[in-house]
Amino acid sequence: MNTTFVTEAVQQHDIRAHTISLLGPLVSAAGLVWAILQPDRITLLHPHGQGFWWLLVEPPLLLVAAGIVFVLVVARPLLADLERHRATTR
Amino acid sequence: MQPPAEMVHWLFAVGILFVGLCLFAEALAGREVWHMRRWRKYLWPGLTFVLGLFLWPVMAFFTNSAIHMYAHGSWADALMLAGAAELGLVHGRLTSPLWRFTWPLAFVVTGTAFIVHEQNPWFFARSAFLHHLIGWTFIIGALAPLALAFRPRSAAFQAAFAAVIVVVSIQLFTDRDVAPIFGHLSPLAGQQHR
Repeated sequence: MNTTFVTEAVQQHDIRAHTISLLGPLVSAAGLVWAILQPDRITLLHPHGQGFWWLLVEPPLLLVAAGIVFVLVVARPLLADLERHRATTR
Repeated sequence: MQPPAEMVHWLFAVGILFVGLCLFAEALAGREVWHMRRWRKYLWPGLTFVLGLFLWPVMAFFTNSAIHMYAHGSWADALMLAGAAELGLVHGRLTSPLWRFTWPLAFVVTGTAFIVHEQNPWFFARSAFLHHLIGWTFIIGALAPLALAFRPRSAAFQAAFAAVIVVVSIQLFTDRDVAPIFGHLSPLAGQQHR
């Protein structure tokens, strides 16, 4: 096989793997930035007088959690499978 | 004990965001790699179905008006249908490609319901603006799953489908019960909070 095609395929594969690995951290980072810009949204920082739902549902923390869960549950196993797939199709 | 409406929007936003992330990851990795683990191929269709199920309590408890109940009920139906059809397709139980049209149908039903059940104009308050915006995003965004129904292996169309879902999730996160939009807040909307 032409080595140029192989190199291009490997580079494209690396870009895809990189993008997948960035999805979760980007979402968590967005949550952190939101928490810094609007700290009043984190009612755990000032819990006095807050109701049940305001203490339970904190949107910036939901974003951080979604990013972490995505990395652990989806991205890591998917990246391992992507690597395994590349190894078998080499 | 009922949560404020904005919190319900945020909770759904998280679920929708997760579906969008999974779709993006599948588009990037390719369907062959995505299906290498059995549980993963059922992940986002299953989550969609569950989101549809959770819309039923929303319909039952948020009874501001009859049109709200019809809207939430029709979303529940449309989401459950799209999720179940996708589950059937990935499992191999459903083989007709026509089942792929449940997604554009769900988008159009959802978009129409969003627009119809918002009885206030765009600049009444932020939530009114967002309901109009989300409705039109769904209706125009239905082109992505429609294109995907014709070209199911297209990574570009799947990425577009994911992008629409992530955009809707961001819009849901910006929802507030009573807040201005671009400086506009109708005095009829009530007292602004948070």
